[in-house]
Amino acid sequence: MILAGLIILLMGCGVLAWLAGRWNNTLPRIISLFGISIQLLVVVWIWLTHQQGSVTGQWIITYTHSWIPAFGIQIKFGIDGLSLLMIALTAFLGLLSVLTSWKEIKHRVGFFHFNLLFVLAGITGVFLSLDLFLFYFSWEVMLIPMYFLISIWGNENRTYASYKFFLFTQGSGLLMFLSILGLYLIHGHNTGIFTFDYEQLLGTVMQPQTAFLLMLGFVIAFIVKLSTVPFHSWLPDAHTQAPTAGSVILAGLLLKTGAYGLIRFVLPLFPQASHQFAPVAMVLGVVSILYGAKLAFAQTDLKRLIAYISVSHMGFILLGIYAFNEMAMQGVVMQMVAHGISTGALFIIAGTLHERIQTRDLGQMGGLWAKIPKMGALGLVFVMASLGFPGLGNFVAEFLILNGSFMANQKLTIIATLGLVAATIYALRIMQKVFYGKEQKTWVIADFSIREMGIMITLVIAVVWMGLFPSAVLTVSRPSVLKVIESVADRKAQTREAQLHRQTTLEQKITMTGASLPGHHWNTNSKKAN
Amino acid sequence: MSAADILSLLPMVILAGGILLTLILIALRRSHLLIFTAAEIIILAAIVAALLHLNQEPQIIGDIIVVDRFGLYYQILLLSATLVISIFSYISLERLFSDKRKEEYYVLLMLATLGSSMMVISTHFISFFVSIEVLTISLYTLISYYRERDKAIEAGLKYLVLAAMSSAFLLFGMALIYAVSGQMSFHALFAVATNYSGSSNVMLIAGAGLMIVGIGFKLALVPFHMWAPDVYEGASSPVSAFVATVSKGGVVALLLRFFTMTDLYRYQNVMLAFTVIALLSMLAGNLLALQQRNVKRLLAYSSIAHLGYLLVAFIAGKGMGVQAATFYITIYMLTILGAFGVVTILSKTDSEADGTEYYKGLFWRRPLLAALFTLFLLSLAGIPLTAGFIGKYFLLTAGLGNGQWLLAFVLVASSVIGLFYYLRLIVTMISQDEDYQKGLSPGIPSKGGLLTLMVLGILVLGLGLSPGWLIDLVRTLP
Repeated sequence: MILAGLIILLMGCGVLAWLAGRWNNTLPRIISLFGISIQLLVVVWIWLTHQQGSVTGQWIITYTHSWIPAFGIQIKFGIDGLSLLMIALTAFLGLLSVLTSWKEIKHRVGFFHFNLLFVLAGITGVFLSLDLFLFYFSWEVMLIPMYFLISIWGNENRTYASYKFFLFTQGSGLLMFLSILGLYLIHGHNTGIFTFDYEQLLGTVMQPQTAFLLMLGFVIAFIVKLSTVPFHSWLPDAHTQAPTAGSVILAGLLLKTGAYGLIRFVLPLFPQASHQFAPVAMVLGVVSILYGAKLAFAQTDLKRLIAYISVSHMGFILLGIYAFNEMAMQGVVMQMVAHGISTGALFIIAGTLHERIQTRDLGQMGGLWAKIPKMGALGLVFVMASLGFPGLGNFVAEFLILNGSFMANQKLTIIATLGLVAATIYALRIMQKVFYGKEQKTWVIADFSIREMGIMITLVIAVVWMGLFPSAVLTVSRPSVLKVIESVADRKAQTREAQLHRQTTLEQKITMTGASLPGHHWNTNSKKAN
Repeated sequence: MSAADILSLLPMVILAGGILLTLILIALRRSHLLIFTAAEIIILAAIVAALLHLNQEPQIIGDIIVVDRFGLYYQILLLSATLVISIFSYISLERLFSDKRKEEYYVLLMLATLGSSMMVISTHFISFFVSIEVLTISLYTLISYYRERDKAIEAGLKYLVLAAMSSAFLLFGMALIYAVSGQMSFHALFAVATNYSGSSNVMLIAGAGLMIVGIGFKLALVPFHMWAPDVYEGASSPVSAFVATVSKGGVVALLLRFFTMTDLYRYQNVMLAFTVIALLSMLAGNLLALQQRNVKRLLAYSSIAHLGYLLVAFIAGKGMGVQAATFYITIYMLTILGAFGVVTILSKTDSEADGTEYYKGLFWRRPLLAALFTLFLLSLAGIPLTAGFIGKYFLLTAGLGNGQWLLAFVLVASSVIGLFYYLRLIVTMISQDEDYQKGLSPGIPSKGGLLTLMVLGILVLGLGLSPGWLIDLVRTLP
């Protein structure tokens, strides 16, 4: 009940905020803060009370309620380590986006917070759903309010950006819906039970070709959300045109729903097909890393630049997911959280700058450190975070992903590592163009206020904490990650046997040891590296 | 005809008797409000009568009519739609119609509804044809009722010519089938159709083909859709809503019954024709809607596309397909009524609010109304939280359950195209201050109209969240 309560709470507060907006501009903000704070408290409570690191009993809490019994559709929510992390991130970034839009949004404040809370409710739904119909439902519920956020409160080119965002995600989402229906019908014909229940649909028997096609439907929806090249073109526009809170939610949370979908649904539902698809996915991941980095380097618009950094970082996620081993997968989870925080922070900085000097053009900035030292120093922290500086969360994530995927595919990983070099170049370019160098124009500009400092300091604490104590996050996610790896590894062994004669024994050994490495073993290793 | 037969036809008897009564009332006293109230009471009484019969055994009256749950469900649906339309009509007549003769409108409206609701219980070519003609002839007059308006007469004439032609096709098709089989009742046709082969078979299929043309006209399916946008634009919005809901709903019910009872699903050629029609309607409807700047024309094309979607379930065949089609037409009627309702209650004394300029910034001027319109548009687009999504889900499940992957793909692809023009209308409504002063200001919505729309809106949202009861109800229909 508490899980359904979370979503009802957010939606209820959303409606209240809209109504309150008719009388007062501050009331909606307070209502939203209140709603999201309760969500955060509940998440912290679950985090602290559940048995950490227990492998038995996958779900910490589940909630089931029948919805449309005629079709086997239920309201089924479940939370495990992975969803717990994601929900925590949702509540955390949600809270910050209300705070960061405190002064930025001046018109139609009530409706703004209505949309904001509904996006968060949809995202929470996506991270908790254990019924595929409900999952798709929540998946779509995220879209419309996000569309409104971009198209009402966005920047100059908002209409175009919001269309593009909506059509890309809606179109790919419908393909996933077809796949869900296909899976539902196949399971129904096989067993006579027509259900959308995730746990019952696991292990549905079907033809390999059918499985591959159904998987593609899911994968397309998820990699469009993950903005993998060649489906990334909606992202720079949407992120650039959205208001700051919108960019934070887009980059911090919406992109993660794609990664979450791949881990939660694609790998366990289609293990065999995922193995067939893995080489393609890994190549796409590497291409995204490099192409995203290259484009990030070429941007003159600060928000666009940060958007392309996301493309590049999401490439690491795709690479890690399809490496099919625990280390890479843990890295992916780490990356999801760390990227949410670091990119969220960069967007907040870009948003604040834009609010003050009315431009995002890098050519007009420069030498701002002297005037706004606080912003400069904090900017430096998050720029370092996104280039993968040791001691910060992103480093742990990228290290684990590269280490894990090296076991699966050496050549691609070596190429992907070049992305780290590129990252250094584009990230330092931000510092150079904005804060150092010659002053292009004489701006009259205020530094961070106390409210903004509060937001940024929280983010700094989060990113440093994750860099120094990664195991706090990793132990929470470990049971879920192991479960996913296990479901893929079963089939992996089978395909391996079939391919045995084609592979050299050496490669064989490396991969097998990689897959069966005990968790704590490399965990300590990575700490040493810190 | 026994007493039980007449009793089972009670809703229709009430409606037909009510029409005569209304005529007498008009002769006694010309009062718009009085006649409107009388019409509402008659329609409500008919709905109640139909509701009372819903759980009784099917009543077969000759070979001509069968009163069963399926038929009664559709009757209730059509009558309820007429109820809503008459409320919108009252608003529209009061505001836009300067002439004195407002009262006959309701007679025609009820007569058309009578035709449509007789059609859904017909099981014979005769009853089918008579009821479709009752419907069509009343519609000619309704469409050109506002004769002072620019395009009303044009629209009426266009509908007259094309509907008469489609009736001719229908009749010719029936005649061919009768020539081969000597049968006209659906029941007898089922037994007969299996025994033919060779040239007789060709005649049967040709007859069915001609009937498809006739039915295609009535449902405005591509390529028989040319009349729809002009008629929707020329007629007043309540009448357009009537054409889009009551008139099409009756034909859909008849189509489902006709195909199920005679089992025309056996004929590959016939189903192939329907597949092509469905594909064309979905694609052409949505693509042509992209070009529209007039809301009523846009809704016309959108309704073409929606009937195309519905055919996906129809093609899927008996059982699930029929249920999905029935569910979808219910949702579709709710939603399109809401959309036309918005156009109606925003009308001014000299013009209807059919250009997109009227909708600029509506969200900030009339938030409630704009939110309702957004809800209806999202439901037409099939977005979750609205009933339209559940409807589309039902269609896709029925289609895929029957292995219609091509149709399902096209349905999905064309609804993405469709999304674009619904979104464009929503964007118009949320355009900011500086823009919307340039737009035209629409009329002031009346309280009653707003209340009706809110009821429709709550239904659309409610069915989107908990559609269980309607699904269960639809599944109990044979």
